[in-house]
Amino acid sequence: MIRVELPALLRTLAQVDGEVTIDVESEATQRSVIDALEACYPMLRGTIRDHISQQRRPFLRFFACETDLSHEPPNAPLPDAVASGAEPLLIIGALAGG
Amino acid sequence: MSGVRVLVGTRKGAFVLTSDAMRKQWDIAGPHFPGWEIFHLKGSPADPERLYASQYSAWFGQLVQRSNDGGNTWQTVGNTFAYDGVPGTHQSYDGTPHPWEFKRVWQLEPSLSDPDTVYAGVEDAALFRSSDGGHTWHEFSGLRGHGSASRWEPGAGGLCLHTVLLDPTEPNRIFIAISAAGVFRTDDAGKTWRPINRGLKSQYIPDPTGEVGHCVHRIATHRSGQGVLFMQKHWDVMRSDDARESWHEISGNLPTDFGFAVEVHAHEPDTVYVVPIASDSQHFPPDGRLRVYRSRTGGYEWEALTEGLPQRNCYVNVLRDAMAVDSLDSCGVYFGTTGGQLYVSADGGDNWELIVRDLPAVLSVEVQTLP
Repeated sequence: MIRVELPALLRTLAQVDGEVTIDVESEATQRSVIDALEACYPMLRGTIRDHISQQRRPFLRFFACETDLSHEPPNAPLPDAVASGAEPLLIIGALAGG
Repeated sequence: MSGVRVLVGTRKGAFVLTSDAMRKQWDIAGPHFPGWEIFHLKGSPADPERLYASQYSAWFGQLVQRSNDGGNTWQTVGNTFAYDGVPGTHQSYDGTPHPWEFKRVWQLEPSLSDPDTVYAGVEDAALFRSSDGGHTWHEFSGLRGHGSASRWEPGAGGLCLHTVLLDPTEPNRIFIAISAAGVFRTDDAGKTWRPINRGLKSQYIPDPTGEVGHCVHRIATHRSGQGVLFMQKHWDVMRSDDARESWHEISGNLPTDFGFAVEVHAHEPDTVYVVPIASDSQHFPPDGRLRVYRSRTGGYEWEALTEGLPQRNCYVNVLRDAMAVDSLDSCGVYFGTTGGQLYVSADGGDNWELIVRDLPAVLSVEVQTLP
């Protein structure tokens, strides 16, 4: 079981409160987790990564275990603590405002 | 008793307003999709309960929403807008080639006859269509494949296809407008397109009378499809009479001919409305006075409509898609401002009333006239 924390607007879109939990059949990577997330919540397709390029949207970041994973390869294994469900994968919107 | 449903897209969500034919008392529902930019929402002429909405965020990209119950509930539908083939390049702001990249949907135009068919005008400029209620989208690549496309360049708002007009008299004919390329027309249901910009003159492009490159802000025509086609260009208000082949200027006595919105009366094909804006560098009404201008003669001669509109210290803008008319016997005219005000005139523009004052900045206004 993987825990994922979504930005507020995506929680509203997906009609969930707090963290979501998903099962990932294969090794836990950014790609496999987002694949599973989009399968469970189809309305999220295209909101975290671009449909065509499959690239992370530029204003989003991936954090876990106090580490910025945004620039890790999509197929790189996520930390063991994320894979085991001990820690969530945080999907964070870049700060903006003023 | 008949009534109206007003669909308002704003920087921070969508609002659905309803009233009876008096247009005095309003129920305001929303915000739907709070926090998201709603570039446009529009109802199907074939099924007024079917609505489509373009939902966008700089963080999360483009979504399309659909309602089957007049905006009470919504469901996400397809949001994959893939250009056909190798996208190629258009000009960037500095004239250098820039690859075509999908950014957002500016306009959703439902078919006149089929609730499941809807057209999407997008940035970077292209036209898509869905025939399954928005689940899948397919490009009319003949438009972007027009030989001039490599010379199209973005206006300040981006290289956007912002207007789609379906011709009710000729099902295979569609007009579209792109900022900054111009107006294009297809007569074969979207297979081939040609620019129809003869008569336009734009001093800010290398060839002021060129085939393409004009920053057309909006085009509008009478709902019958048989009237004149009107245009608010970056500068200049224009009309086309000859089957929309060429244009001539009708700015006449307007205080400024810069602006964004243009709309046509529901029952009088030669009655047209614009909202003059001071200039391309001052996006607010001249002299701080919010005035709609109406011509009953298809242009040239304009009268200021001010009753009920602020006539001092008003520095809002009215964006290109933020004006609409209903088709009740006494034609209602509506517009929204970047200051979040939504105005209605239930008598064709003579008198205006504020429906709501403090919405987020209004991006689009559409009106459905309900039985």
